[in-house]
Amino acid sequence: MAETAARAKTVQKRKSNSEFARIMHQMSKNKLAMAGLTIFLIELAAVLLAPVIIPYDYTLMDMTAIQQGPSMKHIFGTDELGRDIFSRVLYGGRYSITMGLVSVMISTTVGMSIGAVAGYFGGRVDNIIMRSLDIIQSLPAMLLTIVISAALGSGYLNTILALSVNGLPASARMLRANMMKERDSEYIEAAVSINCSRFRIIASHLIPNSLSANIVQATMAVANMIVMAASLSFIGLGVQPPIPEWGAMLSGARQFIRQCPHMVIAPGGAIAVTILALNLMGDGLRDALDPKLKR
Amino acid sequence: MGRYIVKRLLWMIPIVLGVAILVFTLMTFCPGDPAEIILGSTATEENLEAMREELGLNDPYLVRLGTFLKDTFLRFDLGDSWITGASIAASIKERLPRTLTLSIVMMLISFGIGVPLGIIAAVHQNGWQDNLCMIMALVGISIPSFWLALLLILLFSVKLNWLPAMGIGGLEYYILPAMAGCTGGIAASARQTRSSMLDVIRADYITTARAKGVPEGKVIFKHALKNGMIPIITVMGTHFGKHLGGTMVIETIFGIPGMGQMIISAVNNRDYPVVQIGSVFLAIAFSFCMLGVDLMYAAVDPRIKARYAGKGRKKVKSHG
Repeated sequence: MAETAARAKTVQKRKSNSEFARIMHQMSKNKLAMAGLTIFLIELAAVLLAPVIIPYDYTLMDMTAIQQGPSMKHIFGTDELGRDIFSRVLYGGRYSITMGLVSVMISTTVGMSIGAVAGYFGGRVDNIIMRSLDIIQSLPAMLLTIVISAALGSGYLNTILALSVNGLPASARMLRANMMKERDSEYIEAAVSINCSRFRIIASHLIPNSLSANIVQATMAVANMIVMAASLSFIGLGVQPPIPEWGAMLSGARQFIRQCPHMVIAPGGAIAVTILALNLMGDGLRDALDPKLKR
Repeated sequence: MGRYIVKRLLWMIPIVLGVAILVFTLMTFCPGDPAEIILGSTATEENLEAMREELGLNDPYLVRLGTFLKDTFLRFDLGDSWITGASIAASIKERLPRTLTLSIVMMLISFGIGVPLGIIAAVHQNGWQDNLCMIMALVGISIPSFWLALLLILLFSVKLNWLPAMGIGGLEYYILPAMAGCTGGIAASARQTRSSMLDVIRADYITTARAKGVPEGKVIFKHALKNGMIPIITVMGTHFGKHLGGTMVIETIFGIPGMGQMIISAVNNRDYPVVQIGSVFLAIAFSFCMLGVDLMYAAVDPRIKARYAGKGRKKVKSHG
């Protein structure tokens, strides 16, 4: 009886010692990371609840209140068509944040699959894959994105696609490098010797054990992608006005920079705060996953 | 070492060809009829057809790709812009130096300010200097450069009227673009310097150096920094690519007629030859810089130099 209770206790203890719980625990001790997480969650909630929060419809044009500075009525002021900038920034967050998250999800999943194939098989397969990635990476990232989104045409989904291609090489390389380290370890040898299928070895042994660097990278990549998406929209590719994407808003506001700087400050500030929050989270996650800092 | 450089230079040929094919292929997928864009919507069908024939748009994809590669890489004929009719080679000759200068200046500033900041932070780990540097760096990487550019224009050109907001000319025209472009680089290199310095500072040979009475300054610069340099160089290398891409947007904002501005306006005007050639040139410039980064590794790290020098000898794999 006592023995079962003790065993139950150890099981429970082991559960709370899982990798995920450990990382979360490490991260919760990091004040900056928690601050980042909090800012991001608040922002996410504000963006998701935008229809409830916003004081005005984001498409509503009020010709009697054009280009007004921040006031109690319009806390971020109004733009050249008398639209409330606060409402537009909140709605814009839906586009910007979704573009960042979705393109990272796509590029990480596809990139990791490519990296896994290259890392496991090695040899000629590896060579062909890595050399193709070399070609993609020998174009500066921004240029690649510009060219792809020019080819696909502007628009929301096309921008996501262009950003995803851009992120592929980095996550493929990262996973491949870590898998090559893991490939020679004893537990893989053991798995091979008990006749595990290749897919099983890759999917349930190699990838989970090589994953942590990719997770950190993905967190940081979301920030990067949001900036890229905004830059694309800013130079006239990417998402087009009147969609209130942050970069597109900045692009429209740029010509009024002399008369009404508030139009430039609000959307850019929204980008900066988001990126800051994501970077804080990424840093915290990296420290928590760093084996050198374990316990 | 020489062999290695030659090998790397040869390897650049397939890379550049690959880039050319990639960009050409992407451009053929672009929506819209180039002939109509050139002649305008009022053109008659006959004129359009004649234009398509002249541009070779009626040929199959592979034939056009072949002509493009042959013209560019064998005859070095870069062609003319579809929109302005100007020779692309001439405009690249004029613009590439501006873009490269701007990117290199940005990289030097990033390196020159970021590395010392990182060293200060690492030496005073967890002190106020460290916290200050790292908070600044965090803010620095979080501000998108094109927004910073707008804010700088707002402050220095509109409010204070100190510096010009647009165009090219004397040195003063490059101050704002360089400031806007290098903030991210400063921040990234400061962070990387700090973390790789911290990795190294904990090593036994640093303790040894201190124990035998080597002056602290020498320990930091001679022993720690030199060993922590590799990851810093890597970051700078990747950042150079970012700067090259970043200058594209910066150039557009500040109206600097460089490669980036040329490519972006060509993309918006559907001037495909300019986009293709411009991209290939940027890729070549980028590849050369990456080669430079790899050579710098060898200069900093004798282990890597030894590997290049040892003819094809494989690295001994270590276990554990």
